[in-house]
Amino acid sequence: MKIRLTVNGVEREADATGSESLLSVLRRDLDLPGTKDACEQGECGSCTVELDGALVCSCLVMAADAQDSAVTTVEGLGREGDLHPVQEAMLDNGAVQCGFCTPGFVVAGAHLLDENPQPTELEIREALSGNICRCTGYGAILRAFDDLVEES
Amino acid sequence: MQQPHSHDDIGVMTTVSHMDFIAARDLDEALEARAASPESELLAGGTDLMVEVNLAHHRPASVISLRRVDELRSIQPNRIGAGTTWAELERGSHTGLAQAARTVGSPQIRATGTLGGNIGTASPAGDGLPWIAAANASIAVQSRARGERVIPWDEFFLGVKQTALEPDEIITAVVVPDDTPTTQAFAKVGTRNAMVVSTVSCLVMRGGDGFRIALGSVAPTPIRIPRAEQVLNAERSPSQATLEEVQQIVSEDVTPITDHRSTEGYRRHAAGVLAKRLVERCLA
Repeated sequence: MKIRLTVNGVEREADATGSESLLSVLRRDLDLPGTKDACEQGECGSCTVELDGALVCSCLVMAADAQDSAVTTVEGLGREGDLHPVQEAMLDNGAVQCGFCTPGFVVAGAHLLDENPQPTELEIREALSGNICRCTGYGAILRAFDDLVEES
Repeated sequence: MQQPHSHDDIGVMTTVSHMDFIAARDLDEALEARAASPESELLAGGTDLMVEVNLAHHRPASVISLRRVDELRSIQPNRIGAGTTWAELERGSHTGLAQAARTVGSPQIRATGTLGGNIGTASPAGDGLPWIAAANASIAVQSRARGERVIPWDEFFLGVKQTALEPDEIITAVVVPDDTPTTQAFAKVGTRNAMVVSTVSCLVMRGGDGFRIALGSVAPTPIRIPRAEQVLNAERSPSQATLEEVQQIVSEDVTPITDHRSTEGYRRHAAGVLAKRLVERCLA
C-alpha cells in the first residue's frame, strides 16, 4: 500500500509491503540507509528515529501505521560539513569505532538534548540505555555527551 | 526469545504483500473494524507484534491500529486507558505502576509500548501485570455487539498469553478499585538494568487492610500469595521472624519453570527475597 509521510521535513510517498517495518521502508524505498538494521526486535537501538516527536525503534513501527506522520532520521540532523553538535562531539571524542551503532546514538542523544539541554550523568546514561555499542565504546560516547553538556 | 535469522529466511517479506490495514481514528471506528473482521490483529505500540513480524515471519492478514485512538490514553485514579504508554505511566500518580513502567525496555520501547498491549499479550513476564493483581483491578473490554464488560484480573488472565478477550473485543482500560493502597513498591530481577525481560517481578502494596503481595514471571499468569499476606496481616507490626516466614512462603507458593532465562530454583529464591525486601520498603 502507498503511504505518505514527512521524512526530515520533506513529504515523501512510499510503498509499504504488508506488515513491513518503517525501518525497511526508510532504507529500501526512501534511500535513507543512515538508519541501521540489526536486531529487528527493539533491543539494540541502531534503528532509532523520531516519530511525531517521540524516540522510537523504527523496526517496531509498522510502516502502514506511519501514514501522515513526521519522521526524523540521522540524515535529517546533520550532513557532511554541517554536522549536528552531537556528531561533532562524538567525532572530537573518538566515540565511533565500527560506526554501526552511531546513527542510533546520535538520534537518541539529539532527542535527549532537545528535551533536556542540561542532563545529569545519570539522565544521559538512561536516555542512551536503549542503544547498544557492540564495540563497547561507551566511555568515549559518554565523554562526548559530558563535553556537550559542559559547553552549553 | 526468538531464533536468529537463517540464510533461508532472506527475502520472505517479498512473497507476502497484501494486508488489510485500518488506522482507527476513534474507539467507535476501532470497534466497528473489529466487529467486521474478528480475525484482525490489534496494533498498539507494536513492541510485541512487530517482533513477531520481524523475527517469526508472522504475516497478519488484517491489522487495526489503535495508535490514534486518543480516548484510550488517560490516567485517572480509578481508570487507566489501555493506550497509555509506559512513558506516560512513568510520570503518573500510581506509584508502583510508575516504578514498574520505568523498568520496561528502554526509552524507545517506553515511548510506544502500552499498558493495554502488555495486558493483551499476557506474557507471564508482563511488567504491568503484578500491579494489576495487587490492586485487585479489573480489565474493561468493549465490543460493538455487547458493549462493555469489566472482568476481574484473575478471570481475565487465563494462562501463558491467554486471556478472556473475545475476538470482537478491544481492551479499553484498567479499572482501579477505590480501596487501592497508596503505599506501593515494585522491583524486578533480570540480567541487567535496561532492555531486560523480567526473571522475577514483584509488587507489594500496604494499606488499611494490610499487605498485598503479587508476583510476575513465576507462574503462567500474575499471581497473589494469599498465605503470605495472611501471615503478614495477622500482626500489627511484623517481626523479623514473620518477614522471614513471608519470604519462605513466597518461595514455596510460586510455581515457576526453568527456561532459557533462569531456573525454577533461582526464581523461587528471588521471589522470596524480592517480596520480603518490598514489604520492608513499604514498612519504612
